[in-house]
Amino acid sequence: MLRNSSTGYGWIAILFHWTIAILIIGQWGLGWTMEHLAGPRSAFGLIQWHKSVGLLILALALLRLSWRLVNPRPLLPGGMSLFEKLAAGSVHRGLYWLMLLLPLSGWALVSASVLEIPTYAFYLFVMPDLPLERSDAAEAFWTTTHIVLGWILLAIVAAHVLAALRHHFLLHDTVLKRIIRPAHPLTKR
Amino acid sequence: MRTAALLSFVALTIAAPAPALAATNLSDVAGHYALSARTSSLGFSISSVAGAGISGKFRQFNGWIEIDPKNINRSSVTITIMPASVVTGQQRVDSFLKSDAVFDVADNPTIYFRSTAVRRTGEKTASITGLLTAHGHTGPAVFNAELSSLSGNAVSFHVSGKVFRSPYGMDVGTPIYSNVVNFDMELVGKRR
Repeated sequence: MLRNSSTGYGWIAILFHWTIAILIIGQWGLGWTMEHLAGPRSAFGLIQWHKSVGLLILALALLRLSWRLVNPRPLLPGGMSLFEKLAAGSVHRGLYWLMLLLPLSGWALVSASVLEIPTYAFYLFVMPDLPLERSDAAEAFWTTTHIVLGWILLAIVAAHVLAALRHHFLLHDTVLKRIIRPAHPLTKR
Repeated sequence: MRTAALLSFVALTIAAPAPALAATNLSDVAGHYALSARTSSLGFSISSVAGAGISGKFRQFNGWIEIDPKNINRSSVTITIMPASVVTGQQRVDSFLKSDAVFDVADNPTIYFRSTAVRRTGEKTASITGLLTAHGHTGPAVFNAELSSLSGNAVSFHVSGKVFRSPYGMDVGTPIYSNVVNFDMELVGKRR
């Protein structure tokens, strides 16, 4: 029940999925709020939380990828076309890449900033900056990269959610159900 | 070469204006002085959990130093600082400090210090207690002053002190940036 089987996800994979899903949605909202809605006074604190949550997502994504490597991957339901299989694979690969690249690009922009604002992760420990040269141009580059990746992530998440809903409501298969609870051995199809 | 260098040194020494005297005693500089922002510096720094922290200065301020000839302890100081003149070397930091996150210069254009007690602590030193008003809050503050030079009708003091930001509603960024602001000033007053 903790590990994956060929028909379904175990509790660990399910927990990783939803924890990271909630963190990504919260992180996206936090990023938008701190940049567009908050005044300078609250923005500073929100940015620090955004940095902390980003590092947490990066750490969880690495653990999740490791867990994926040592677990069987549930098979896709039968009857999917080659295009659907390629699309599903691309979306999942895209999500994994962005789970890593978004935090890394954010860390890079902080590290390249001439402001040298320390990253005090969850106000618990100082996360050192990446060894990048500090300049306004480098910071601007990484900031743009971070924002573009953020929008790409939003688009891929939307595709992922729509696909899951399609599988559940239109195709009536177990794709959505099996990421909510582990497949019961007796009801595997 | 050596002789030429020596001669030019002598010439420069003679040509120089009245050299700054090593002022020895606060009692020697009794008088009424107007602070000159042009020749003074009013610097501050805030440390951070990692990295360089923030340091900057205020470029516009004015004030008075009154040194009582009979009793140094009856001296007084007032300083008015224009926080809109803050400079840190980083334009984004300057804007942040001027915004409502910190000084809120639109609604609070001045920071004001008025001494309430001066206590002589040495030949050239005094401890200055007073009330500091900033960002709509007033609280006690203590600075240490040391007479550093006396030149013609100008007197110079090195003044330092620590002020906590939180009582002034300026604790944004803590604990990444320290709650303590270290002031380091070289205040030059012209005798009036």
